[in-house]
Amino acid sequence: MVEDGHHHPAPPSPVEARAAALEALLTEKGLVSPEFIDAIVSAYANDIGPMNGARVVARAWVDGEYRDRLLGDGTAAIAELGFGGPEGEHIVVVENTADVHNVIVCTLCSCYPWPVLGLPPNWYKSPPYRSRMVREPRKVLSEMGLELPESVSIRVWDSSAEVRYLVLPGRPHGTDGMIEEDLAKLVTRDAMIGVARP
Amino acid sequence: MSDGAVRPEIAAMRGRVALPRSNGELVFAAPWEGRALAMAIGVVEALGLAWDEFRLRLIAEIAAHPKRPYYESWLAALERLVVERDAVSADKLPEVASSPGDSA
Repeated sequence: MVEDGHHHPAPPSPVEARAAALEALLTEKGLVSPEFIDAIVSAYANDIGPMNGARVVARAWVDGEYRDRLLGDGTAAIAELGFGGPEGEHIVVVENTADVHNVIVCTLCSCYPWPVLGLPPNWYKSPPYRSRMVREPRKVLSEMGLELPESVSIRVWDSSAEVRYLVLPGRPHGTDGMIEEDLAKLVTRDAMIGVARP
Repeated sequence: MSDGAVRPEIAAMRGRVALPRSNGELVFAAPWEGRALAMAIGVVEALGLAWDEFRLRLIAEIAAHPKRPYYESWLAALERLVVERDAVSADKLPEVASSPGDSA
């Protein structure tokens, strides 16, 4: 086994390769398109019930002790809510503050905290996002609709097979009276990747 | 063309063909499973078929391979559908055998 301290994404399994081959074939025939597939996946993965990650974030917003545990040991705190899995064993939660904005990327492939975010969007896996987010995050975020003041510094977290990151966004102003369940509805996938704010 | 909204006849399938869920949310063990779900929805729509065309093939695949992971049967059912409906020629998909019981 080779160890260099970074990614060792598993080669695609036979069934994964078979699915990719079928998708290529169907795309070539014009029966599906990557955009269509992304839209459907997003609808079925995200719109059926609240995302697990949103519940984690909402809990952290209402419960300071949970927030502390979450930032101390993301994996354990997320497991408290019943989420986890083979690819979610090491989740590190990074918190946005008034001065710091966090964003996640996987420069080498598409490592992603599945158990709390579901499926990664297509753009997360795209080479331009992966390379440019590291080089010019402020510009990329702006292009994605998130303008950050110069006073806010941006931290880019490069995911790996060993460590997956989740962004804990700041709680929006004017939500003081809201209950946890309603707060969870404000938390989007993009906010937990760090390319948007709730 | 679909607006991407969740279709009740798919989301609410019952019995052994019901979409795997945990706590009400769909469960995909890997990204390809979600893409396979979307591919079937897109193909059925693009070919103007009833959802049952796919669902019945999925039932047959699951019955033939009860221990196989759900989305592997899903993928096999989709391959079978596109070949049998002449959307893709059989030589492009060698995995599709003559009957569900024959496929790996």
